[in-house]
Amino acid sequence: MATEAHGSESSLVFHPMDQFKVTPLFGEGPVHWYTITNVTLWMAITVLAVILLLVVGSRGRAIVPSKGQSIAELAYGFVYKMIEDVTGKDAVKYFPYVMTLFIFIVFSNMLGLLPLSFTTTSHIAVTGVLAVLVFLFVTILGFVKNGSKFLALFWVSSAPMAVRPLLAVIELISYFVRPVSHSIRLAGNMMAGHAVIKVFAGFAAIAAISPVSIVAITAMYGLEVLVAFIQAYVFTILTCVYLKDALHPVH
Amino acid sequence: MATATHGAEELAKAEAGMPQLDFATFPNQIFWLLVTLVVIYFVLSKIALPRISTVLAERSGTIMNDISAAEELKLKAKEAEEAYNAALAEAKAQAQQIANETRATIQADLDAATAKADAEISAKAAESAKAIAEIRDGAMDSVKDVAKETAKELVAAMGASADARTITAAITARMKG
Repeated sequence: MATEAHGSESSLVFHPMDQFKVTPLFGEGPVHWYTITNVTLWMAITVLAVILLLVVGSRGRAIVPSKGQSIAELAYGFVYKMIEDVTGKDAVKYFPYVMTLFIFIVFSNMLGLLPLSFTTTSHIAVTGVLAVLVFLFVTILGFVKNGSKFLALFWVSSAPMAVRPLLAVIELISYFVRPVSHSIRLAGNMMAGHAVIKVFAGFAAIAAISPVSIVAITAMYGLEVLVAFIQAYVFTILTCVYLKDALHPVH
Repeated sequence: MATATHGAEELAKAEAGMPQLDFATFPNQIFWLLVTLVVIYFVLSKIALPRISTVLAERSGTIMNDISAAEELKLKAKEAEEAYNAALAEAKAQAQQIANETRATIQADLDAATAKADAEISAKAAESAKAIAEIRDGAMDSVKDVAKETAKELVAAMGASADARTITAAITARMKG
């Protein structure tokens, strides 16, 4: 009945959110936790792309690198320098974790821009887990490394004594809001861009508007390529900042 | 009928809503995300990152080595240039010396040869003078002989005879006169 209703409407039917649907890859039915879905497919493609760039690309181990090796080294140097600059030299041992996050997000975002693909990072379930992992890791690390001194993060010693308790409450709230903003920023950006492109694509059905629509899609696509990289960068650099708080909780 | 419409409405609403908020798919996404992250983590930490870090370290090592080697070579080149200049100056001096020596030797040889030649020339001149004197003497004798013979013949032709002694004495006296 619902499909009939859709079919009888005019040609201007927008389904901008359909691209985010999680569906089983083989057959129909409910999505169990183990079901092989389009999420599985696109995450597997992400893994393959990561292996292709960082393992196959660097297999030459050349002093004078090939193109693939150059890009792999560039990605390595980019994240390495980020963690070194933002978090400090003592945080370099957490580099593999940060690199995993960055490379997963940047590849998911970029692969999500392929036509007909599925963007795993547009789902709050995915980015939420990423953010919660970072939050838990950072919090546990902070207590393990500094013990109760980690709580100094919430006690602003530079402020007058009278306002410190108030600031502590604010700091505490902002600390616990971190994973929320961390995850929604990424998922929201990815979802919004893809949805907007889909809406423009819907307008292409009207012949008079279609050239404008195509230009708009092209422009949006360029913007989305930028956003895909920037959001991965932002997620990673925020992770580095949180890591710094855990290692050096001096306010 | 009312419930059916209601159900359809809800279905349409769910379709139009955000799939992101369909909590039924969360376990699936979270499970596959964790699998993916673990796989990427192991691929990176076991293979990719050590390899790339090794390559980068090797490269910076190679560059450092090359730079120091270049410095060394530069120093060597400078040394070689200095050595070359020194050798060149020495060779020039030596050449000058050899030239001077040779010139002196040649001069000495030349002087000796000239002296020898002069001596030889004077000896030859003396010899020649002597030979000329001899020839002249010889010529005088021949003249005497020819005169004697001619006188004898002349005397005989004129019908008189004279002994050789008389003729010789006459000729000698004439020639002296």
